[in-house]
Amino acid sequence: MLSSLMGYYSLIFGLCISLLIIFFSVKNFKNSNILDSKILLFSFLQLVLVFVSFLGLVISFVNSDFSNETVFNNSHTTKPLFYKITGTWGNHEGSLLLWLLVLTLFIFIFLVKSKNQLKKYRILTVIFQQIIIIGFFTFLIKTSNPFNYLFPIPEEGLGLNPILQDPALAIHPPILYLGYVGSSIIFSSVLAATTLNYINNDWAKHIKGWILISWIFLTLGILLGSIWAYYELGWGGFWFWDPVENVSLMPWLALTTLLHCILVLEKRSLFKSWIIILSIATFTLSMCGTFLVRSGILNSVHTFANDPERGLFILSFLFVLIFISIFIFFVFHKSDNKKLSPIFLLSKETSIVINNWFMMYFLSVVLIGTVYPIFLDVISSQKISVGPPFYHKLIIPFLIPFLIFMAIGPRLKWIKSELKDKLSLAILLIISVLLSLFIVRNFETNYLLNSILIGSAFYLFFITVRDFFSKKTQRLSQNIAHFGFSLLILSILFNSIFSNEIITNLKVGESYKDDDLEIVFNDLTKENKKNYVLFTGVFSIKDKSFNNILKPELRIYNQPNIITSEADIKITLLQDNFITINTVKNEDYFNVRYLIKPFMLWIWVSVLLIALGGLISLFNKKHEE
Amino acid sequence: MYGRKVKLRFLFIILILLSLILSVFLILKSLEENVVYFKSPSDIQLLEEIQDKKIRVGGMVKENSIEISSEKINFIVTDFKNEINVVYSGVVPNLFSEGKGVVAEGYLKDRSFFEATKILAKHDENYMPPEVKAILKEK
Repeated sequence: MLSSLMGYYSLIFGLCISLLIIFFSVKNFKNSNILDSKILLFSFLQLVLVFVSFLGLVISFVNSDFSNETVFNNSHTTKPLFYKITGTWGNHEGSLLLWLLVLTLFIFIFLVKSKNQLKKYRILTVIFQQIIIIGFFTFLIKTSNPFNYLFPIPEEGLGLNPILQDPALAIHPPILYLGYVGSSIIFSSVLAATTLNYINNDWAKHIKGWILISWIFLTLGILLGSIWAYYELGWGGFWFWDPVENVSLMPWLALTTLLHCILVLEKRSLFKSWIIILSIATFTLSMCGTFLVRSGILNSVHTFANDPERGLFILSFLFVLIFISIFIFFVFHKSDNKKLSPIFLLSKETSIVINNWFMMYFLSVVLIGTVYPIFLDVISSQKISVGPPFYHKLIIPFLIPFLIFMAIGPRLKWIKSELKDKLSLAILLIISVLLSLFIVRNFETNYLLNSILIGSAFYLFFITVRDFFSKKTQRLSQNIAHFGFSLLILSILFNSIFSNEIITNLKVGESYKDDDLEIVFNDLTKENKKNYVLFTGVFSIKDKSFNNILKPELRIYNQPNIITSEADIKITLLQDNFITINTVKNEDYFNVRYLIKPFMLWIWVSVLLIALGGLISLFNKKHEE
Repeated sequence: MYGRKVKLRFLFIILILLSLILSVFLILKSLEENVVYFKSPSDIQLLEEIQDKKIRVGGMVKENSIEISSEKINFIVTDFKNEINVVYSGVVPNLFSEGKGVVAEGYLKDRSFFEATKILAKHDENYMPPEVKAILKEK
């Protein structure tokens, strides 16, 4: 009760402080040469207020204070403490409050970290960022207040969706948000820099850190969500081209493109307009993602409540932001054609342009696949869905040249370059192709495509491995990230080619047999847990290389009344053995799904390596210059 | 004669245009081939011909219609006007049960028989696929 009130009033005060900050910023903009310390002070105060508000909500959740509507809707007294806390952001209102917290945190860090930058630039960035912050404050208070009061006070809450009661999902939203919100700083900063005609090498150096930070968090956030879907949803895979996944992939693609482009701006002062557009696009895509997911247009676990008012608000807010940015771009941005430095065909610049082309193609494929069904529904109320074959068909063939350019591009130098040691590059290419032909020799389907694809992935793999040992390696971070990408593609390919799946319905005591595999359903045990009833199936599985007992679980939660399957996964370096069970109509038969997934572990590891590349680049700036 | 810079720029713009046209063409072509349409049991009754193309069927699982054996699961999807028999062997999502909404993806064998290759996972007990909601509203 008290904590809710505290949280609510902190929010209101936080909004007032936004207006104060804008007032002081505008006043300070022309008057003096030093940044008014009031701006820093108030930004800190705002951060504290939003933090207090967030803390208020956490306390309400921990105390199971059901006079708070959000707590009532999403919590329950029997829930373990850990999930009471993480349940704070496991719902619409709380997750938006978290978003706001990260927004205020980032602008404060920005102010502290940008002391060497121009005063006008810092102030303008603060103003743009405060416009976004005000938008979120208004959105929160007006349409999704986390502190609504309920009377009479209910005895018991409705509980948190059990599939959200999971450690990976507890940290997935905060990490993903750090990535999304990081792009808001890039957005504000690019608008400020455009207005002041400050898009140059200095700005590139300064903003690169922010791009890296949000890129790393976005990568990790997507990874966590993917791992969660693998074992908790029992999807048994890592990526499903589900619209909700796509919505997080799109900003990632834009951000990755931006990360490559900013290098060109840093070293060669090129691509200015393109970088402005990309920065705006990245943030717009993050916001669009929030809009699509939160408005209930895309149905998924992320859709907490379908409220058209919320969707409308985000949409109009988004339009305002896009309008402002387009206005600034056309009014203030002057392209400096006269100073245009020459570009030669064989150079690092060209290779980055090629990278951009491919990335933009991938981005448009994902964008169209995600948006087209919504569009068609609106104009003709035809209901369709676009599945994995669409994406595979359009993306996989283009991965081949993409991988090869990725291997060769970083070897080129700025301005004008020659491709050195052509012989060893050619030899590696031949080795890769032979190796891939050897691997896929027993396959009838898609023989050609698979062998070329694996060949080009091996090519990138070998070249990056060789570069780890070569003394001339210029950029360790880049090499690790590219190595990680080649490992990712290889693991994905082997995973999809060598996966095996068996689905069958079994009673206790029955077994499934085929040529080289035996699954025996030995036993089923029942146990009462704090907030669910646990059924554990005991399966013994035998094949040539694997002889083990796996124990998948079936949990029947009491509040809300939901059944979830918990997969049992035996993880080894080479493969995952994955089993889930499910009941159908409370009959004796259990729906059993057994999967052999090769190289699953390496998919996660390679994404971690990609993120590690970013991390090294972030902490290693001086070394690599 | 035009300078080298102008020529390069010209080449660059042409390349962008070409790749743009190519990608739009590829995407549209692939969309046409890979789109999965959603039909209700009543829509299926109105079909003129039965195509060998993947579709989705949605509605409610009829009460007392689920039958399970070691290889397959049979059930009936209804929109309270028409029904269709579905046969399925594969993973059943947690929230698949009688009297609840369902979306099945697969191939239509004839007007009253559907062979499903996938039953779509739902995330919470109150969730109703938007398509199914629309069907029930019409009723």
